[in-house]
This record gives sequence, C-alpha cells and structure tokens, in this order.
Amino acid sequence: MKFNTAKRHLREGSKNIFRNGWMTIASIGAVTVTLILVGVFLAVVFNLNKFASNIESDVEMSVYLDPTLAEDQVQSIEGQLESIDKVGSVTYSSKEEQLNQLMEDMGQTEWDLFEQDNPLSDTYTVKTSDPHDIASVSEEISKLDGVDKVDYGQGTVENLFAVNKYARIIGAVLIVGLVFTAIFLISNTIKITIIARSREIGIMKLVGATNSFIRWPFFIEGLLLGVLGAIVPVALVLGGYYYLSNNLTDNISIGFVEILPYAPFAFQLAGILLAIGAIIGVWGSVMSVRKFLKV
Amino acid sequence: MIDMKGVHKTYSNGVTALNGVDVHIDSGEFVYLVGPSGAGKSTFVKMIFRGEKPSTGIVKVDNKDLSTYKERHIPRVRRKIGVVYQDFKLLPKLTIYENVAFALEVIEESPKVIRDRVMEVLDLVGIKDKARSFPDELSGGEQQRVAIARAIANNPKVVIADEPTGNLDPETSWGIMKVLEDVNNKGTTIIMATHSKEIVNTIKKRVIAIENGRIVRDEAGGDYGYEV
Repeated sequence: MKFNTAKRHLREGSKNIFRNGWMTIASIGAVTVTLILVGVFLAVVFNLNKFASNIESDVEMSVYLDPTLAEDQVQSIEGQLESIDKVGSVTYSSKEEQLNQLMEDMGQTEWDLFEQDNPLSDTYTVKTSDPHDIASVSEEISKLDGVDKVDYGQGTVENLFAVNKYARIIGAVLIVGLVFTAIFLISNTIKITIIARSREIGIMKLVGATNSFIRWPFFIEGLLLGVLGAIVPVALVLGGYYYLSNNLTDNISIGFVEILPYAPFAFQLAGILLAIGAIIGVWGSVMSVRKFLKV
Repeated sequence: MIDMKGVHKTYSNGVTALNGVDVHIDSGEFVYLVGPSGAGKSTFVKMIFRGEKPSTGIVKVDNKDLSTYKERHIPRVRRKIGVVYQDFKLLPKLTIYENVAFALEVIEESPKVIRDRVMEVLDLVGIKDKARSFPDELSGGEQQRVAIARAIANNPKVVIADEPTGNLDPETSWGIMKVLEDVNNKGTTIIMATHSKEIVNTIKKRVIAIENGRIVRDEAGGDYGYEV
C-alpha cells in the first residue's frame, strides 16, 4: 500500500464518523453503556477477589507443644518446622507470654493464681506460603515428636476456602458472560450501521476497489468508534475509583475492608476497557463489512 | 477490443439470459444495444465488466480472456472499464469531487494527479461548479454527468452505459448523449444499452439488437427498429 493510500484510508475512516451522524452516536452509545457495566463489574469482582485473598492469608495454625519439653527441644522443633517446604513463617510464643496476653485481654487479676502453675503450652504460630496447604502441613506437623496438638480451625477454614472458590468461579463466569454480551451488543450495533451502507460497498466494488481498499476505512472507523466509546467509561473508572479509594476506606471502620490501591489498579482497569472498546470496534466493523464484499 | 464467443448465461434461478452470443467490437466504436426488456441487454454488458460470469463461452476484453483473472484480480478488469448506470450509483455520502476521485484513489494515483484529473473530467462533463455538492443536491441529469466523469476518470478503454438516459427527461438526455459522443471522439469505445428510439434514430451508430438472449440484428448506422 502506498503512503498516500494509507493517508486516504485514515482520512476517509475519520470522515465517516462525522458523516454517519446518528449511526455513529448509536454505536458509541452502545460501546459506552456496555463498557461502563463491564468496568463497574470488573472493579467489584477484582476487589472481592482481593478481599477473599486477604481473609485466606490470615489463616494460620497454632502448634501446641508438649509442656514437658526442655528448652533445647523446643528450639529444635522450631528448626524442624522451618525446614518443612510449604511453611511460610514460624512465630514462637512461650506459655508465660500467652498467660500475660490472656490476663491483659480479660482484665482480671484472679488469673494471677495461674502464674504459679501455668496450664498453657508453649506455642508456635505457623503460616503456610499458600493458605490452601494448611491442612496437609498441619497433619505433617502433628506427627512431629513433642507436638501435642495442632489447631487451625479445622472445618471452618475448609468452608471458607470452598466459599471463596465458588465465589471466584461465579465471578469469572459472570465476567466472561458480560464481556461476550458486550461484544455481541456492540458489534451488532456497528453491523446495523454498516448494513445501511451495503449499497455503497457494492458501488465501490463496481468502480474497481479491492476488498482491502474498502475494508481499511471501516477498520479505522471501527477503531475510532471503540476508542471514542471508551472515553466516558475510562473517565468514570479513573474518577470514580479515585473517589472510592479516598473516601470509602476512611469511612468504613471495619479494618479488613480494603480496596485495591488506586495505582496501578484503576489504570489497569482503564487500559482493559480501552482495549476491549478498540478490539470490539474493529472486530465488529471488519466482520460486518466482510459480508458485503462478495459482489 | 471486445470479443464474445458462444456466450451462454443461465442464472441460478433457471432463467437463461444469453443463449449463444458471438460479437466483435472494435476499439473506438460506439455501439447501441437495443431490444425488449428482459432480452439480455443488461446481462450482455455485465459480461464485459465481470458483473456476471458466463455459464459457457469466452469473453475477451482487450484481447484478454476474463475467465483467466482470479477472483481477487477482478478489480483490475473493472478499472479498465468505466461503467455508467441508469440509477447513477454515486456514493451518497461523498461529494461530487470525492465520488470522481474515488475511481482514481483505487488505482493509487498520487494526490496531485487526482486533483488535476478530477477537475479536468468534471470540466469535460460541464459540472465543475458542483464539485463540493453532494449527489442528492443535484438533478438527475447532473448526477449522470458525474457518473460519466467517474467512469472516464482513469482513462478506460471502454465505457459501458446501461440505459444512461433511462431516468432522465428527453432534453437532459441529449446533453448526456453529447457528453458520451465527446468521450467517444477521444477514442474511447462506448457500449450503450438503451430503450430510446429517438436517440438511436437520431444519432446514428452501430446497432446490436438482442432478443431472447441472441443477437438478431447487427448493423452499422441502424435504426432502433421497435415500436415504442
């Protein structure tokens, strides 16, 4: 293709945006509305996922040691714990520390009695690198000599993982469904604008235009429609998420609600929306033209 | 310039439009194609610019068998031939200037050549002052002039006119004929399908009459020969 021809295609493609007035507005509107939906939904799903991951990463196990162990044996268990592959972190807490903590929490002094005869055990708090490994690791640890009992909230943790897993699957399915709906809706609207021009495409062919010569301006036009349609959703995502990340986090007192940080998440989301708009715009228009090129 | 040998055309719906056509048209000729509606005139002209493929037989343009062109090279055939239609077939969203320029853009001419040539042909058909208008702002006769300008813009060897005056009043028709004669005088072969007895009997040219898909008469300087 000659440079002048490329310039011509660019010029014609942009001109069509203006000359097809209402059809352009309809297409851009369809892109805008669906991308806003997709954007809001993606933001919600990604944040819920983050939220679920946060909860999961709080899962830990308490390893209660046999109270009769000597100090060097306690030390050696720490070494054994750290040598297990999937273990992420190990924290020691002596029975005295635990009693103090208990008394502080309860705010009562009757507990003083126990200082003479502490019924608690020395404990290691263990986190696995991947929270999902907690059950298998706990089983391994419970077999170690000198370990009295391992507790990670058996049952509750499994339920939590199951709930999270299904929530993630549902989220993924909804995202895919929504994106496909968006593709369908947008490419259909664009198709209608092009069907209205099928006669023109036929005329171009009769004048001796090759298929690619006809297709290029439509490619440009589709790209522009997609990108123009993405402007409002992108602005909404950037602005809305900025507002949320500044206000929501401060106002909600529950500590564990924490949304993904503005940078880079909002920019990534904006990029995704822009890309979806551009790709669908091009795809919708090129696919629609294809039908009319067989004259 | 144009040769047809044993050309048959049967459409997929079973209608036979051409039933054994043999014809030779020389370079620079002006030929009227006459005959009743449905006789095969339109199919005849479509054969020349590959608007339709013959079912059997050979169509040669400029000594090249059209059936040897691959599907994607058909645009090359069409660029050698200018076509003028009864319904003008202008691109409604392009200005007059852009409509004519389109024929030159498809052959990737340089912008300067396009500019000069478009104004030249618009001048030739007498419609230079409407260059910035859109087709629907023009009268039928004016639109047909634009169509002719587009057809001749890339200096084709053949111009095919399929009832170019069919939608025009008599007075406007004479103006269009004048333009076509001018184009013919510059050496371009013209094939014109028409129903106009007046034109054929007044501006005497070679007349080819088609009936039921066959050539029934072919005479230089002939008459229209049908009662209207």
